Amino acid sequence: MMRRYLVGLILIGLAFALFPLLRQAGVAEAPGPLASAYLENSADDFGAANVVTAIVVSYRGFDTLGEVAVLFAATAGVGTLLTRRRLGKAVPPPGRQGGTEVLETASRLLAGLLIMFGAYIFIHGHLTPGGGFQGGVVVAVALLLGLLAKPDAQVSHRVMTTLESLSGAVYVGLGLLGIVLAGGFLDPRALPLGVVGQLFSAGSIPLIYSMIGLKVGAELSGIIDALKGDRS
Amino acid sequence: MKLAAILVHLNPVAIPGALLILIGLWGILARQNLFKIAVAFSILGTGVNLVILSVGYIRGRTAPILDGEAAVASMTDPVPQALVLTAIVIGLAVTALLLSYAVRLRSGGGGSSIEVHGDEKW
Repeated sequence: MMRRYLVGLILIGLAFALFPLLRQAGVAEAPGPLASAYLENSADDFGAANVVTAIVVSYRGFDTLGEVAVLFAATAGVGTLLTRRRLGKAVPPPGRQGGTEVLETASRLLAGLLIMFGAYIFIHGHLTPGGGFQGGVVVAVALLLGLLAKPDAQVSHRVMTTLESLSGAVYVGLGLLGIVLAGGFLDPRALPLGVVGQLFSAGSIPLIYSMIGLKVGAELSGIIDALKGDRS
Repeated sequence: MKLAAILVHLNPVAIPGALLILIGLWGILARQNLFKIAVAFSILGTGVNLVILSVGYIRGRTAPILDGEAAVASMTDPVPQALVLTAIVIGLAVTALLLSYAVRLRSGGGGSSIEVHGDEKW
């Protein structure tokens, strides 16, 4: 009973603390100096039409490299926690059924389309809303749909590991190319910038974001596979 | 009357964000089931992301994408959007780790309730 009152008090206190923030949110007349500089310079600096992508991949490229590393560490952590050696061999629950006819047919039909849509999202990350992380999630959804339809299917770990390490290595390699050919690590000006708004523009940003997309897709597929619970 | 005036000027994205933060914190503090606590963390993270996004929103401006028509002077702040993009991915990683810890604890015996694992407390 005491505990319930305490929880209520904490929630009311947090609500009071949040209220001034809510009144201040979105009342600014213009972006701050840093954001304005990003908005004005991203087309000239990197030829990227999507300013958010220019910030994520180039201006703050180190952040994104670290973020991908954190995601990799989390995937490795999930894989380590849920191994057969720690948990013992998992027996699938007795009454487990496969997907229905509708789900199986639809997943066969949609898998290709989903992978194509995910690739579209991460290849066009420098032009439209979206990018490597969003596209990678859509690619992983294709695998999730397939596993829902056929729960006993096995995901090939060798393909996933190869895809993940290869895309990570190419990402770092493109960053190193920036040191050799342009101003520094992860500088997209290593490749020609092209015309703003075209598919082949923004230097190495589309390539880097495609690598991020493949890596995120492979890592999320690994997490889904580990949480599926078949440790055979 | 004055309250209504204040409510009208509140940001329409920030209010759901704050509500989700409160719901998430309530779930973390009051629920017993480990998997529900993981879901509550996810809800809390979504709320925080919405509040950060609303801070960068400027009334009457468009998304920060240059496509010839939109002028740079009519775009919202892109920095919170880039930060939230990072936060969403890290939130997903945290949720996955929480869920696998919950699976580990449950498979060690004792069900999904956090009360059973009281001896794990410091």
